[in-house]
Amino acid sequence: MAEEKKVYTRTKGIIEGAVSGFCPGCMHSTIHKIIGEAAEELGQLDNLVRVEGVGCCGLGQFYVTCDETIAAHGRAGAVATGIKRSSPNSLVYTYQGDGDLAAIGLAETLSAANRGENFTVIFVNNGIYGMTGGQMAPTTLVGMKSTTTPGGRDPQEHGYPMHMSEIINQLTAPYYIERVSCDTPQNVIKARNAIKKAFKYQLEGKGYSIVEIVTSCPTNWGLDPLKSLDFLREKMFAEYPLGVFRDGGEKKQ
Amino acid sequence: MERNLMIAGFGGQGVMTMGKLLAEATSQATDLNVTFFPSYGAAMRGGTANCYVVISDDPIGAPVSYSLEDLVVMNGPSLHKFIGNLKPGGNLFVNSTIVTDPVDRDDINIIEAPVTQMSIDIGNPRALNVIMLGVYVGATDAVPAEVIEKGIAHKFAKKEKLIAPNVEAFRMGLEIGKAQKAK
Amino acid sequence: MAERVFMKGTEAIAEAAVRAGCRFFAGYPITPQNEIPEYMARRLPEVGGTFVQGESEVASVNMLYGAASTGIRAMSSSSSCGISLYSEGVSYCASARIPMVYVNVQRGGPGIGAIQPAQQDYMQATKASGNGGFRMIVLAPDSVQECVDMVYEAYDLAERDQNPVLVLTDGVMGTMMEPVVLPPMKTDEELAECRAKFLPRAIIGHPLGQQATCRPGSVGDGQEQANIEAAAMYETWDKDIRVEEFMMDDAEIVFAAYGISARISRAVIRQLREEGIKAGMIRPITISPFPYDSFRNLDFDRVKGIIDVEMSIPAQMRWDVDFAVQGRCPIHEVLRSGGQLLTNDQVLKGAREFIKEVL
Repeated sequence: MAEEKKVYTRTKGIIEGAVSGFCPGCMHSTIHKIIGEAAEELGQLDNLVRVEGVGCCGLGQFYVTCDETIAAHGRAGAVATGIKRSSPNSLVYTYQGDGDLAAIGLAETLSAANRGENFTVIFVNNGIYGMTGGQMAPTTLVGMKSTTTPGGRDPQEHGYPMHMSEIINQLTAPYYIERVSCDTPQNVIKARNAIKKAFKYQLEGKGYSIVEIVTSCPTNWGLDPLKSLDFLREKMFAEYPLGVFRDGGEKKQ
Repeated sequence: MERNLMIAGFGGQGVMTMGKLLAEATSQATDLNVTFFPSYGAAMRGGTANCYVVISDDPIGAPVSYSLEDLVVMNGPSLHKFIGNLKPGGNLFVNSTIVTDPVDRDDINIIEAPVTQMSIDIGNPRALNVIMLGVYVGATDAVPAEVIEKGIAHKFAKKEKLIAPNVEAFRMGLEIGKAQKAK
Repeated sequence: MAERVFMKGTEAIAEAAVRAGCRFFAGYPITPQNEIPEYMARRLPEVGGTFVQGESEVASVNMLYGAASTGIRAMSSSSSCGISLYSEGVSYCASARIPMVYVNVQRGGPGIGAIQPAQQDYMQATKASGNGGFRMIVLAPDSVQECVDMVYEAYDLAERDQNPVLVLTDGVMGTMMEPVVLPPMKTDEELAECRAKFLPRAIIGHPLGQQATCRPGSVGDGQEQANIEAAAMYETWDKDIRVEEFMMDDAEIVFAAYGISARISRAVIRQLREEGIKAGMIRPITISPFPYDSFRNLDFDRVKGIIDVEMSIPAQMRWDVDFAVQGRCPIHEVLRSGGQLLTNDQVLKGAREFIKEVL
């Protein structure tokens, strides 16, 4: 009989036995898993602090095993500043959606980035408000329908999608900025490596890092999970190209 | 016994410093209650500065009063603006180098000292406020002169060479104050 | 006895916080409290603390929420319209039961109001400093010395109840300089002891299975349970009511005033007493919880009237006085507002008019 070899263990960063309650096709559960894996690989699960945004992001509280606090809507950047400055050895990350990070929390987001606060931002961008039922976000694509743009986002009235990684890349202080996705196994591995790198930089005291994860929202996009992936690749990646914007650890041209 | 003083003038005449020196010296060298209150507002934009000092052996109520025992005016606008706040029988201290308008009240004591000119004459033009403080203490005995001299020594503890000229300026004012009180 | 120093109210507040062990301060510039953040920016690095100038009051109070949730002593301060923006963070701290201390150096209101001193935030401070109907202990000092003592003590109350504590002062006491005796610097050992109690809840990272959570809200029946526990805690505050009854033994005219208005009333009462008028004062020192019994239990056969003195128009504390007095004697108001400072003379004049009517 062939010897059994364990090749995969569920991360201890997720509560044992917890079953994802996120919608079918939602990538939040995958992202929670890879955050747990990244922290675990760095031996940091005992030292991890999560600051949660409001929205579907806030549902993560029911799955994670680390210390966590819920910030008021948009204020994760400020709350994480207070925590990290008061407990500099903790590994601190915020977990925020597009409405939280780019609309109501824009000031807190950019100001924390501009100060080069030594924590990690995990920004989940699916172009729409999820929990509140599919309203327009700053990242909603032009023409995309939402409950508050029933005729589709019209630039004349609603402006254009905001590119947060690009905007943050205009600032001097941030150390590491990368945009990833979780639509394929390869991209999931890339996303996990990006999160791990950001955590590592934080532990080394390098300063602010943000990993933007472009994802889908099948429920509020009104598409089934597979069609959502098509839309993600065709439309979202066109507006939000994946890649490294800045990596202070690598010599750039 | 409570004593209310208002000091008013242009920014740069050391009005706040004068009030603070009197108040802090009193706090340090006596058991009296004392408050210092700088006044801000519309007047500040006109480049004027004023502050209130209250010294009392009872607990002090408001640190601001519009019925003053003593008023120091370092410039003309302050005279006109605040003369009405001086109680009958109160003391008006006038920087007579700059304030040349007549005072339209005969129910108050007027103590004049050309402190701007005096400070220029002694080669210490920033000391006009210390001279005026001397005049005030000399005329009112609000606190003993030693209290202020100790306060000057404390204030300039890190710039020791400034102590002697400021004490000297203070004593010049003190003599004028005493002389006018006797009068 | 420790030496008395001559300090500005705002700077004395900041130094008192540092001596109480405050090691994190976040704040946003607003007159008339700018000396507090400025002082902290200089002072905190000397004691190994951190100062952050927030990008707004909203950010500052949320930084405070974050810092306090790690179990260290932290503080923020603002003034009136800035304090309005604190509502969010204060409510979150109350809900998550985070011990936070903050200071309101009141200015004129409503709206942007005036930069000059006022007592225009009584209702906000005592009744609804944020959404959700939580309560806080609100301390109302009437001298620079009390500002110092109350800030110093506020941390103990906040940590005891794991709840926000507000020190409500105003621009007069913030701007004024007065002699003050500063409390001793808390030692690292003392502070470690304060923090130790909170450590299991501190959001700093814990071994697996000992997860600390800070939840300013809940799902299911969790929120109701949290509110029931908070309400039970508020019920214990009778013992924390503090009130000064000044010359009340035979008083026929009773001043009701807190903070700056109270110290002015005290001077006026001494004057009236010299004239043979039996005046006294009830000064709430905690304006929340409010000393209703001091008013409720007055001898209304003797007391001819109450004079409510506030730097607020309309009167605000009067609502609490009315609630206790229930119309059993007339209440007269002596008020200033909009940055107009109250003086001894104005209060004396207002009091005399009323006394003529009722005595």
